[in-house]
Amino acid sequence: MKKIVIVGGGTGGTILANNLARRLSEELRTGEVRLTVLSASDKHMYQPGLLYVAFGRMSSQELYQDQASLLEPGIVFHVDPVKIFDLDNNRVETESGVNHDYDYLVICTGSRPNPESIPGLAEYANHVYTVEAAEKTLAALQQFEGGRIAIVTGVPHKCPMVPLELTFMMHDYFKDRGILEKVEFFYTYPIGRLHSLENVAKWAQGEFDRLGIRYETLFNVKEVDGKKKQVHSEEDSVLDYDLLITVPPHNGMPVILENALGGGGWIPTNPNTLKMENRENVFVLGDTTNIPISKAGSTAHYEAESLGENLAALVRLGTMVRTYDGKVFCFIEAGKDRATYASFDYQHPPQPQPPTQMIHWFKLAYNKLYWNSVRGLL
Amino acid sequence: MSNIKRVDARNSFCPGPLMELIAAMKLAEVGDELEVLSTDKGSANDIPEWISKVGHEIVECREEDGVYYIHVRKTK
Repeated sequence: MKKIVIVGGGTGGTILANNLARRLSEELRTGEVRLTVLSASDKHMYQPGLLYVAFGRMSSQELYQDQASLLEPGIVFHVDPVKIFDLDNNRVETESGVNHDYDYLVICTGSRPNPESIPGLAEYANHVYTVEAAEKTLAALQQFEGGRIAIVTGVPHKCPMVPLELTFMMHDYFKDRGILEKVEFFYTYPIGRLHSLENVAKWAQGEFDRLGIRYETLFNVKEVDGKKKQVHSEEDSVLDYDLLITVPPHNGMPVILENALGGGGWIPTNPNTLKMENRENVFVLGDTTNIPISKAGSTAHYEAESLGENLAALVRLGTMVRTYDGKVFCFIEAGKDRATYASFDYQHPPQPQPPTQMIHWFKLAYNKLYWNSVRGLL
Repeated sequence: MSNIKRVDARNSFCPGPLMELIAAMKLAEVGDELEVLSTDKGSANDIPEWISKVGHEIVECREEDGVYYIHVRKTK
């Protein structure tokens, strides 16, 4: 029997498990393959929905489904996160003390926001990366009656479109409230343009100039002085604010650090094979990799499809059959009712098109279609 | 070269070489040296500009066969 163990039940792990269960349905039925998912939670969260929670357009209850209900029959699922990765002996040990041997291991434990790593950021800034934070941001926006909103972004961070989306959506939110003229937006970004993707940055700059949104680039948050309502940057800038919005820096999960699998919680991973560095039977998916690619559900989705094909081929043929090409597709909300998208891979940069209402509607539809996507049906 | 941490950001459009370097700098100790590999021509300007603005040190910048090697030292 071949044993495949997937550690992590987020977007990447769930799509991969369902993909493999379909490809290897016969082997699962006959017992030639055992496919196990080990997760920290019995719930699955649609994380991109948090952005909408912050604007009162989705409720937090809409973000969750039972993880077990998303998995194909034949997949063994345990809510029992891994505590020890014993890679030399092809074994993981869970929090409850159960050992799982494997022929192939996939690690996709994800990332977590870490605003605590910057002094003052957790205390004084609002963000949208947890339910609690998104609901707190909703309250802060509702209570805001005017002044400067500063947007600051930490490095590295998950979902690279969020800094722009938050800014555009806040603009339209305050326009709808009729107090736009009382609100000044000041957007900052860590590198020398408004977004990592050059073409997206050019597009955003045109939109910001049109909407009167101010900006400063090469701005990396060093600390927040909540009493003076000032943000200090590594580059020695000082930015005053009345309301502070952040896309916080992220880290990999503590279990990755505790097992010394990679600095920052990011596991060194081959960008094409998704193999963990120096390991032949360990693969890494999604945010958990150190690949220089967007930490986003879309990345995990495309990686999972590539890896599903390869793991099935390894089981049946003993060889891998394709490489991951760096494919990513991200929607970009450009306000309350317009959106565009960025589609790119390792070789081809995106060419974002002017935002349309239709793409926005498609994004809203995708917020529901995600549950089919994660089941591997879309 | 073995003590230099390599940040291989070739073919990275997003987050891109400078963002990768900033992330790596956060994990590095003062005095550590890092070398960014980039296929993005803009990085040859952006990275030295940021290094200079923050007060770190550029050790060397070179280009070989379309790959930019930007070697820096963390100073604070």
